[in-house]
Amino acid sequence: MSPVLAGVLQLLALVVALGLSYRPLGDHMAKVYSSEKHYKPEKWIYKAIGANPDVEMRWPAYLRGVLAFSVVSVLFLYLLQRVQGSLPGSLGFVSIDPDQAFNTAASFVANTNWQSYYGEQAMGHVVQTGGLAVQNFVSAAVGIAVAVALVRGFARSRTGELGNFWADLVRGTVRILLPIAVIGALVLVACGAIQNFAGIHEVGQFAGGSQQWNGGAVASQEAIKELGTNGGGYFNANSAHPFENPNGLSNLFEIYLILVIPFALTRTFGRMVGSLKQGYAILGTMATIWLAFTGLMMWTEFAHHGPAFDLAGGAMEGKETRFGIGGSSIFAVATTLTSTGAVNSFHSSYTGFGGGITMLGMQLGEIAPGGVGSGLYGMLIMAVIAVFLAGLMVGRTPEYLGKKIGTREIKFAACYILVTPALVLCFTAVAMALPTPAHSMTNSGAHGFSEILYAYTSGANNNGSAFAGLNADTQWFNTTIGLAMLLGRFLPMVFVLALAGSLAEQTPVPETAGTLRTEKPLFTGLLVGTIVIVTGLTYFPALALGPLAEGLAA
Amino acid sequence: MNNSVGSTGRVLWAGLRALLVLTVICGVLYPLAVTGIAQAAFPGKANGSEVEDASGRVVGSELIGQTYEDLRWFQPRPSRGLGTNTVNTRYKLILSGATNRSGDNAELIQWVKEAKAAVVKDNSTADYRVKPSDVPADAVTSSGSGLDPHISPEYAKLQVHRVAERNHLAVAQVDRLVAAHTDGRVLGFIGEPRVNVLQLNIALGELAKGRAQ
Repeated sequence: MSPVLAGVLQLLALVVALGLSYRPLGDHMAKVYSSEKHYKPEKWIYKAIGANPDVEMRWPAYLRGVLAFSVVSVLFLYLLQRVQGSLPGSLGFVSIDPDQAFNTAASFVANTNWQSYYGEQAMGHVVQTGGLAVQNFVSAAVGIAVAVALVRGFARSRTGELGNFWADLVRGTVRILLPIAVIGALVLVACGAIQNFAGIHEVGQFAGGSQQWNGGAVASQEAIKELGTNGGGYFNANSAHPFENPNGLSNLFEIYLILVIPFALTRTFGRMVGSLKQGYAILGTMATIWLAFTGLMMWTEFAHHGPAFDLAGGAMEGKETRFGIGGSSIFAVATTLTSTGAVNSFHSSYTGFGGGITMLGMQLGEIAPGGVGSGLYGMLIMAVIAVFLAGLMVGRTPEYLGKKIGTREIKFAACYILVTPALVLCFTAVAMALPTPAHSMTNSGAHGFSEILYAYTSGANNNGSAFAGLNADTQWFNTTIGLAMLLGRFLPMVFVLALAGSLAEQTPVPETAGTLRTEKPLFTGLLVGTIVIVTGLTYFPALALGPLAEGLAA
Repeated sequence: MNNSVGSTGRVLWAGLRALLVLTVICGVLYPLAVTGIAQAAFPGKANGSEVEDASGRVVGSELIGQTYEDLRWFQPRPSRGLGTNTVNTRYKLILSGATNRSGDNAELIQWVKEAKAAVVKDNSTADYRVKPSDVPADAVTSSGSGLDPHISPEYAKLQVHRVAERNHLAVAQVDRLVAAHTDGRVLGFIGEPRVNVLQLNIALGELAKGRAQ
């Protein structure tokens, strides 16, 4: 079997697996966020929090919960790293410097998992397992909570109430993420991922001498890292490391974990707004972009244009033998079209166009299918924009799901889509204009520029992958990328919740013959077009200087 | 004013308590439960898939690549992205990583050129000439982790003549050894065909020892 055919079959297998879990998982999540019943252990948790899970919150209260929980999380994670040197179970690693500790805390709370540290020479068991992995769960649960609040905004009328943040946070963690993570972690161990709390130990080598490894709760962190679209690797090489991703099967399984919740949330959305077809239209948009990107990526990587790859006879630099070009390309697209940022191969050594595809994937706003929760709310914002554009074309007040998209709503949506591009382009421009940031580049020319553009694209969009030639452990990058991650995560959430509140207050407008049918394939087409045009207009000049210049020169 | 400060304080306090409870669940109970089950059900894998040679000595992990100075052994892929630990100097932990060089990077072009020349030179024997076009891509490029335990079957086959000559074995014998240690794709389409270098070299060592006796 040719590698290309094997790659296509792996993609098909992935589609089938995702299709099989779409209904049960999507319906389960809808039930989780609609049910009135609290389980016994959940009641204990609410008691410990001191919150009444049955109190409905309007958008400012919901937002306060999100922000308070996240502020506390950043501080806690920061302090944990700052005192690591005195904690037991830290493998002898020292405390993390202030700028790097801030960057890492911001990164994991913002569901980004950008890493300016090297896992195996910086973080011990306590910080990895008790700090970083915890944020992998809860930052994902916060993302889903905000998405569900927006869906409730569409589904509810004349109330302004969006649900209870604490209930959504706890339910998302214990009823959705935790059970799947347990199963996922065990599957990964069965494939060969390690799961122990051993210290640093020496292992003999075949030709003499020895290697030194650290143990770790790797499989349990790996499972939630993919499932929660987080992406922070236990080891520096992330999912390329054989202890994190031991074989072709674990590779495909990890890609499945990355995509399963973001896709299934469209079903949850359809259920909660009372029309599964509306969910299918959103799903269709996500799937179209995902399949197109994966196809393009496989094409450019198998064609391997570029002087070094032509010489080598294939684009295998930075890729593992067991995954090959196909398994690496599918992973690279899945990780950058969601907010994951885990890598099983190093994007900096992809072809010029391949690197551009990973960057463009993030720049779309990570909505195809996007991060857990953030993908759905990002896509619904684009749907609001698309409806608005359609309204302009026919001169009619736009509506979406029975709600009027008026001045107020479109302002929130417009602010949402401006935040990340503003962060990415401004920070990149400033970094390029200053004398020192360029010293961090490994490559020069167009690719050097791409390293910096990629870093801020990845940070502001909460992805976390890198053109890892960039030495990002400097005060400048730790601080500015840290800010980009926090602002890129929480400012959009403000606009999403404000929009949700505004929608929930409205009285629904009845559907008429003139209403745009947003459950039809025509709308899916309009939505894809809107996304491509908005992103293209924003980023094309920057992409032309980086990956396009590199790809065309090859 | 006072009221809003008070309510902000209350929300932050609730946030802290939520974080602590969820830390116990997701950061303590979850990893411990998974570790318990993993250690009971898959102890070998959960502890790093260590491999022993015929004498029972641990010679590494099935999953982690090694270097073999002597050319009588099958050679792994280059690993130019690999580093060593600098923070905790009591140990020399392996620092996994890639080169991160782009396709038009002058250094990478040079590395590929050198690696290709070396592969051609090392593997050509008196009656077997390696052509540069025979050299597969994995033989001249570094992997993502720098720890790739595998090489492609093509690269293994390319090394057969050299290995046979240096170990005083018949080419056909070594060929059979490579064939026996070539793993196909899972279910025929997942992953890529590959040869585990450590396993292959252990078997090669046994074969050479048997011949010497």
